[in-house]
Amino acid sequence: MLVSRGTFVGSTGGGRNTSLLSWNRKCSSRTTRSWRTFQATRHHVALLDADMCGPSIPKIMGVEGEQVHQSGSGWSPVYVEENLGIMSIGFLLSSLDDAVIWRGPKKNGLIKQFLRDVDWGEVDYLIVDTPPGTSDEHLSIVQYLSATQVDGAVIITTPQEVSLQDVRKEINFCRKVNLPIIGVVENMSGFVCPKCQHESQIFPPTTGGAMKMCKDLSIPFLGKVPLDPRIGKSCDEGKSFLTEIPGSSATVVYKDIIHRIQEHCATHQSDVEATA
Amino acid sequence: MVKTHVHQIPLLPRPPADLSGSGEPKVLSVVRMRFPWSRLWGKGGGESRDGMTVTGNSDKMAAAEDNLAAVDHILLVLSGKGGVGKSTITTELALALRNAGKRVGILDIDLCGPSIPRMLNVLNSAVHQCDAGWVPVYVDKDKTMCIMSIGFLLETPDDAVIWRGPKKTALIKQFISDVAWGELDYLIVDTPPGTSDEHISVVECLRQHKPDGALLVTTPQAVSIGDVRRELTFCKKTGLPVVGIIENMSGFVCPNCSECTNIFSSGGGEALAEQSHVPFLGCVPLDPQLSHSLEEGRNFIQAFPKSATFDAINNIVEKILSNNNESSALHT
Repeated sequence: MLVSRGTFVGSTGGGRNTSLLSWNRKCSSRTTRSWRTFQATRHHVALLDADMCGPSIPKIMGVEGEQVHQSGSGWSPVYVEENLGIMSIGFLLSSLDDAVIWRGPKKNGLIKQFLRDVDWGEVDYLIVDTPPGTSDEHLSIVQYLSATQVDGAVIITTPQEVSLQDVRKEINFCRKVNLPIIGVVENMSGFVCPKCQHESQIFPPTTGGAMKMCKDLSIPFLGKVPLDPRIGKSCDEGKSFLTEIPGSSATVVYKDIIHRIQEHCATHQSDVEATA
Repeated sequence: MVKTHVHQIPLLPRPPADLSGSGEPKVLSVVRMRFPWSRLWGKGGGESRDGMTVTGNSDKMAAAEDNLAAVDHILLVLSGKGGVGKSTITTELALALRNAGKRVGILDIDLCGPSIPRMLNVLNSAVHQCDAGWVPVYVDKDKTMCIMSIGFLLETPDDAVIWRGPKKTALIKQFISDVAWGELDYLIVDTPPGTSDEHISVVECLRQHKPDGALLVTTPQAVSIGDVRRELTFCKKTGLPVVGIIENMSGFVCPNCSECTNIFSSGGGEALAEQSHVPFLGCVPLDPQLSHSLEEGRNFIQAFPKSATFDAINNIVEKILSNNNESSALHT
C-alpha cells in the first residue's frame, strides 16, 4: 500500500457536518480530480470512514448498498470514481438498519483492519472521517498512523460557543498527541433566505465564532461554509454538490478551503523531505 | 436535601493521552486515586473481562438503588447522528417539565463534549460530596432542577477527556450509583451520538430501574434518519422502550419575510416514526433565539413563551406527561 499523505478530519461536536466536508472534498476531487484545485494532474484519493456507529459516507457518496470484495492483495475499497476509493463499515452491514453496538476494543480492531488490510493502491491523499469526540477511534487512528507522516487534522465546527467549547478540547487532543492542525472550518455559518436574501445567523457566533477562536489559539482558519439547503439535499441523494450547484457561494468556499489544505500538505511534505 | 459533612470533590487531573493499547488498567488506577470511595473500588470488587471494576458488590448495588429510588421516571435522549440537538432538546425538555411543575434532573454522559452545564449557566459550579454521595449541581435556589456532568469535574472547560471505553464506563457507573439525586419526577439522560460504550453501559446500569424509555432526536435529512434507524435497532436489541421520535431543526422561518425554508429537508422524522411504528412526538423548528439563549445559559422558556419553538417543546412534554397519565400544572 502506498499512501503519500494522510489527513485526519475530526470534530469534537457531532453534526458539524464532518462527513459533508469530507464528501465535498471528494466533489472537488470529481470536478478537479483531486483535493488540489489544479489544472492538469489527476490525484488519487482514499476516504476512510472511521465512524463505526454512524457511517454516513456511503450514502453521501451515492454508493450505499455496495459490497466490499476481497482479493489476494486485500480488501478492495468501493470506488466512486476511478481515483476515489472509500472504505466504511456501512458496506459491511447486511441491512441499513443494522446497529453497530460495539465497545472500544472491537471498534479499534476494525479500524486497524481498515488501515492494514484494505488495498488502497497508490494514493495521493488519505482522508479519515472520524466520529465526534476524543475517544477510542481517535486515539487508535493516531496510534496506528503514527509511523506515517500524517499531514494533520482539519477540525470542523459551527459558529456557536457550545460547539467551540468542544472544538477547543479537540485542539487540545491534537496538541497532546502531536497531531498538526491544518486548520478549522466553520460550517453552517450564516443562512441567506432564498426569497428575500436576508442573512440570518441561525447558530450565532456569540463569542466571535471560529475565526476569533483561531486567532486566539494561533491556528489557521480555513473558511466559513454557509448553510445552503442544497448541500444537505445533495448529500441525501448521493450527488455531488460541487457539480450540481457550481455557482453556490458554498462551492466557492469549499474550493478555497481545499486549496489551503493542499498548500499545507505541500509545505508539510517539503519540510519532511528536507529533514529526511 | 444536602446532608452534613459535605466537601468538594477534587477536580479531574488533565488526563494524559492514552496511546498505548494496554493503557486501560493505568487509566483506571488514576480514576481510583481521584475518587477514593472504597465502597465503589474496594472490597469485593474485581476486574471484569473488559478491564472494568465489577460493580456487583452488595454495598454498591444498595447505594445505586438508594440514589435512584426516589426518581419516578427516567428518559434517555439518544440519536444516531451527532449534532442533531440532543443536548438542546434535553435542556429544553427539562426546562419545560420544570415549568410544568416537575422536579427534574439531568445526567450528562457525553464525556467528550459535555454541553449541559453551559446551556444552563452553571459552567463554573463545583460538585460537593455528602453522606449519600455526590451532590448534583442545582440550577436554582428552589432545587427544582439539578445536573451532573463531567463538565463540573474538569480543571478548565478546554480540557479534553481523552479516555477509552472502560474509563468512560467507570465514570458513568459512578454518576448513576454515587450521585444523590434525591426525589425527582424526571431524570433525563443526555447521551453522546452513537451506540457504543456509553450507551451500552448506561442501559445496563439503568436496567434495574426500569427507565421509561428513549427519546430519539433526528433532523429531517435522510443522512440523519439513516443513523436513527440504527438507534432504533439498538433500542430493540437492548430492550429499551422507545417513547418517541423528535424531529429537530425542522424548518426555519426567515425573521425578515417569514418564508419557511426546510434547510435540512423535511418530514423524514415523521416518516421514520410511521415506518417503524413508534410514536412521533413532534417537530422543533430552527430558531436562532433558542441558540442564543443556550449560548448565554438563559431560560428560553421564560424568555420566549410565545415562540413556535416553545409551543413545539410544550407539545412534546404534554405527550410525555400524558404517557405517564400525568398532567402539567399551568405556568405562564
